[in-house]
Amino acid sequence: MDETLLRAVVPTVIGVLGRRGADFAAAEDAVQEALVEAVRVWPAGPPRDPQGWLVTVAWRKFLDATRAETSRRRREERVDAEPAPGPGQEADDSLRLYFLCAHPSLTPASAVALTLRAVGGLTTRQIAQAYLVPEATMAQRISRAKRTVSGVRFDRPGDIATVLRVLYLVFNEGYSGDVDLAAEAIRLTRQLAAVSDHPEVAGLLALMLLHHARRPARTRPDGSLVPLAEQDRGAWDTALIAEGVEVLQAALARDRLGEFQAQAAIAALHADARTAEETDWVQVVEWYDELVRVTGSPIARLNRAVAVGEADGARAGLAALAGLDPALPRYTAVAAYLHEKDGDVATAARLYAEAARSAPNLPEREHLTRQAARLNALLGGRATGSAGGR
Amino acid sequence: MAKYLLLKHYRGAPAAVNDVPMEKWTPEEISAHVQYMQDFAARLEGTGEFVDGQALAPEGTWVRYDGEGRPPVTDGPFAETKDLIAGWMVIDVDSHERAVELAGELSAAPGAGGKPIHEWLELRPFLTAPPTITE
Repeated sequence: MDETLLRAVVPTVIGVLGRRGADFAAAEDAVQEALVEAVRVWPAGPPRDPQGWLVTVAWRKFLDATRAETSRRRREERVDAEPAPGPGQEADDSLRLYFLCAHPSLTPASAVALTLRAVGGLTTRQIAQAYLVPEATMAQRISRAKRTVSGVRFDRPGDIATVLRVLYLVFNEGYSGDVDLAAEAIRLTRQLAAVSDHPEVAGLLALMLLHHARRPARTRPDGSLVPLAEQDRGAWDTALIAEGVEVLQAALARDRLGEFQAQAAIAALHADARTAEETDWVQVVEWYDELVRVTGSPIARLNRAVAVGEADGARAGLAALAGLDPALPRYTAVAAYLHEKDGDVATAARLYAEAARSAPNLPEREHLTRQAARLNALLGGRATGSAGGR
Repeated sequence: MAKYLLLKHYRGAPAAVNDVPMEKWTPEEISAHVQYMQDFAARLEGTGEFVDGQALAPEGTWVRYDGEGRPPVTDGPFAETKDLIAGWMVIDVDSHERAVELAGELSAAPGAGGKPIHEWLELRPFLTAPPTITE
């Protein structure tokens, strides 16, 4: 069974039920039930028309759920009169679904879960596994999200920025468990790009493609992180890079710069360098300037300091760092890197160890600990302390 | 979303405000406490924030490797161990502020006299998977 094909028609099927008079929450429930049934029965005998099958089964589930016989009859009459949807209508339905699932009234976690289920066609169980929470918890999170958006009317277009934020979050979650969330985020962003010509949609798609291209080189077989400068660039996926660059160039040509296009431009400059030494750091800094201008983000300023360190030397990088809040995530790691580059090994070793203690994830902590250990070995002293993984 | 561990200590935490040991509570006070904990977990499941909750026996065994071909060495329990975990709850929440809020609520579980224990709970963030986009 081609699960991707099955999931791709989910927004359309929800749209069909909606046109037949089902509200969003009921339609989405019915389609989810039909999906679960499809996963169960299709391997034995896949239908010739998957979308038709899903519509039929989901509609039956919906009718079963709405018990009142009179309203059922009325709805059935309406089905007979239902005009066949045109392609434009399907695109509108699909876009509306993205906006609804990323509605600003939802918390990010709820928006992510609802998007993966209603737009992505994942089952509650799959989403729960991907986010490492019990299925019952995820089911509740989704049904609360649906209650939250149940009264939303679509008399105005939604905000594409909230949709992009949700897709970015899904992509950045990476891949734990059976569901490859990065690949799923790319699929959903491609699908969105097919119905929205906003340049930031293209910018985000390009950003994802360019980062996904590096995935085979990002980790060693033991799961440890390989920094960008040390990655085997021969392992990067050139087809994804080419596609990402093409999508990005088309977006940039429209002259409506946004944060995702700027981030993608930085990723494209890295992709363009055959070796780390060939990186055009001056241009990278220029794009960070744009990113800072567009977002004002302190994280962008922090990353800019790294790029300045490469373009103009460690002292310039440290100067760029000087105005930033040391409480920023990864500030200490960046400071350690720039101090080592500046030749101050002792300070760098101390800062790497400090950065390792506050690292938000295990591979990063191990990477920073190794950096500290490497420098301590250079300094000649073996750090004493308790044994084990403290 | 971020996962946090709420750690409850038998020993090692600063003293609670209502610091009467459980064996000196009335049976009704114990029932009220247990009910509060169950309701709290059920409510978090309802909000989509519950991940796990477990209680631990107070006494355990210390174990260590003792070399190739030899059985592990066991020892303890040690009465002087300063830090003793009683149990935990794992939550998956939108923010650190929300985690603090929930820990505060859990610490309000009723104890002696039906009054909140004001017990100190330790709140520890999980380390996560690394993000895909880092630069």
